[in-house]
Amino acid sequence: MKTMDLQELEKRFQEKIDKEIKIEPNDWMPDEYRKTLIRQISQHAHSEIVGMLPEGNWITRAPNLRRKAVLLAKVQDEAGHGLYLYSSVETLGADREATIDDLHSGKAKYSSIFNYPAVTWADIGTIGWLVDGAAIMNQVALCRCSYGPYARGMVKICKEESFHQRQGYESLVTLCNGTPEQKAMAQDAMNRFWWPALMMFGPSDDESPNSAQSMKWKIKRFSNDELRQSFVDATVPQAEILGLTIPDPNLKWNEATGHYDFSPINWDEFWQVVNGNGPCNKERIEARKKAKENGMWVREAATAYAAKRSMKKTA
Amino acid sequence: MKNEALYNYVLHMGDDSLVLGQRLGEWCGHGPILEEDIAMTNISLDLIGQAMSLLDYAAEIERQGKDHDALAYLRFENQYRNVLLVEQPNGDFADTMMRQFLFDAFRKPLYEKLTASSDAQIAAIAEKSLKETRYHLKHTSEWIIRLGDGTDESHDRAQKALDNLWRYTNELFYETEEAKSLVMAGIVPPMSEIKILWKQTVEAVFTEATLVIPTNNWQFEGGRRGVHSEHLGYLLAELQYMQRAYPNMKW
Amino acid sequence: MSNKEWPLWEVFIRSKQGLNHKHVGSLRAADATLALENARDVYTRRSEGISIWVVESNYIHASDPSDADSFFEPSDTKVYRHPTFYEVPDGVKHM
Ligand SMILES: [Fe+2]
Ligand SMILES: [Fe+2]
Ligand SMILES: [Fe+2]
Repeated sequence: MKTMDLQELEKRFQEKIDKEIKIEPNDWMPDEYRKTLIRQISQHAHSEIVGMLPEGNWITRAPNLRRKAVLLAKVQDEAGHGLYLYSSVETLGADREATIDDLHSGKAKYSSIFNYPAVTWADIGTIGWLVDGAAIMNQVALCRCSYGPYARGMVKICKEESFHQRQGYESLVTLCNGTPEQKAMAQDAMNRFWWPALMMFGPSDDESPNSAQSMKWKIKRFSNDELRQSFVDATVPQAEILGLTIPDPNLKWNEATGHYDFSPINWDEFWQVVNGNGPCNKERIEARKKAKENGMWVREAATAYAAKRSMKKTA
Repeated sequence: MKNEALYNYVLHMGDDSLVLGQRLGEWCGHGPILEEDIAMTNISLDLIGQAMSLLDYAAEIERQGKDHDALAYLRFENQYRNVLLVEQPNGDFADTMMRQFLFDAFRKPLYEKLTASSDAQIAAIAEKSLKETRYHLKHTSEWIIRLGDGTDESHDRAQKALDNLWRYTNELFYETEEAKSLVMAGIVPPMSEIKILWKQTVEAVFTEATLVIPTNNWQFEGGRRGVHSEHLGYLLAELQYMQRAYPNMKW
Repeated sequence: MSNKEWPLWEVFIRSKQGLNHKHVGSLRAADATLALENARDVYTRRSEGISIWVVESNYIHASDPSDADSFFEPSDTKVYRHPTFYEVPDGVKHM
């Protein structure tokens, strides 16, 4: 292809984006746009799947049958989200199993939050409230992403997500109105999950080099810091209603900006966890690898059966 | 108690659903294929829903002001009345599918008959549960056929699962003396009828799956009398953990 | 087809009587039967459908209408999958 053509194609592509016309799988798109999306969507898919593990580990211990059913349905939804996202990644020509292998080899990343342990029942409510809450903040913005299949997947996911946050909050309301032990359990969970939840929005804008291009392509609509600020602003009053203290002595309302001020984030911890040194990185990846390995013979069995049957049909 | 025989019958059905639902819940996040992770969670959710209805009804018959959670969480091991089959560990995907298939093939005809129960509440629970169970049986039958008639490895695994679990199947049809009074009253069907229907299903599916029913017919029983395998204690330790560690709290 | 990978199926769902089947996404399955069952579990957990089609290359397979009640009704009673099932105190915003 001649250089002129490529420039022309890129120009037309950007014009479509600027006019808010969605890009569909068979449309021409710059290689870098495709690569960025494959990376982002598969990372998002991996986060949904790895995210099943900390909560999944409490399904057998849920304190009553209603909570057990709710948690099962919630974690099951995350599996569904992973699937929707893998299917939108496949529209870009990527292969689901290959992207999963990248996760298992450590080449692909996922949300750092899932490398923290869920050690008490209050962690389950807190994850629903803060972690799903932060995810929703991100995902609502992605519903307007320029890539059609991703944006549509996000619309479906966002509809399902709203129950995730509410069930978590409801569970915390029960704990915070319960016995002193229950309230203390909730506060302890808050202390451990607050900062990792804020880290979910990713590095600050000045440390996030790919952001500008993603914004121009409308893959992203808001910067990491903007989304993080919206999350803090929405969450602080919710914590007040619960009567929980946010573990940040510098958190306070700023009349001038109309936002809450908060302490700087410990980015050292963030990068350590992203790069494999979180408390549960190894267990999470091991669990997913084991699931895939244990599934190989099942896959092969169904494939072999389908082949035998179609041979019988044609015979 | 108004009707002890009815209480025990509803309780044993509730316990079967509860314990099997709990077992399937262990797969969540670890399923061999993402699509099957979702499918197993769905079956688990159905079973837990059934357990809630059945245990609520048992509590109502018992008239001691309990609810499904009091029964599910606060009994001792020897007070659980589930069959041994459902408490067996998940093992691999073949073990789990085999356990589920053997159970579904029993539960479907049982619910079919119970929709005609002279007890209106049982009939209503059966009506709703039957729809769920028909789907479970369809799904597990499809998998038993694929595993049995798939690769050599899957065939061996499925056959091994059948060999291991077969000895727990006769207990499905265990009928207590007191249950006979319920049969007389038209509340529940005789287990001999269910067994005939169960046998037809499993034989048809195993034939298609090229699996062989074990000739060793030594059978275990005990669950219906509260005598369990070693596995149930661990399952209950997890199930009951919160209620035992933090008694009398709302969650 | 590689030995290990299942083929990809496109899933179409009719949400109500009188409406068209609508494409909702895709999944992987070894054959049409499993593709339909997986589509039911993945794409109709909230009673989103009354009929499913899955398509692999040129073939279309539709779900069995006689299965409709055991396919879809069980999710009717799972109200806990909807946010309105949860009570949130007055004054809580953005949820
Ligand atoms: Fe998420
Ligand atoms: Fe999600
Ligand atoms: Fe979620």
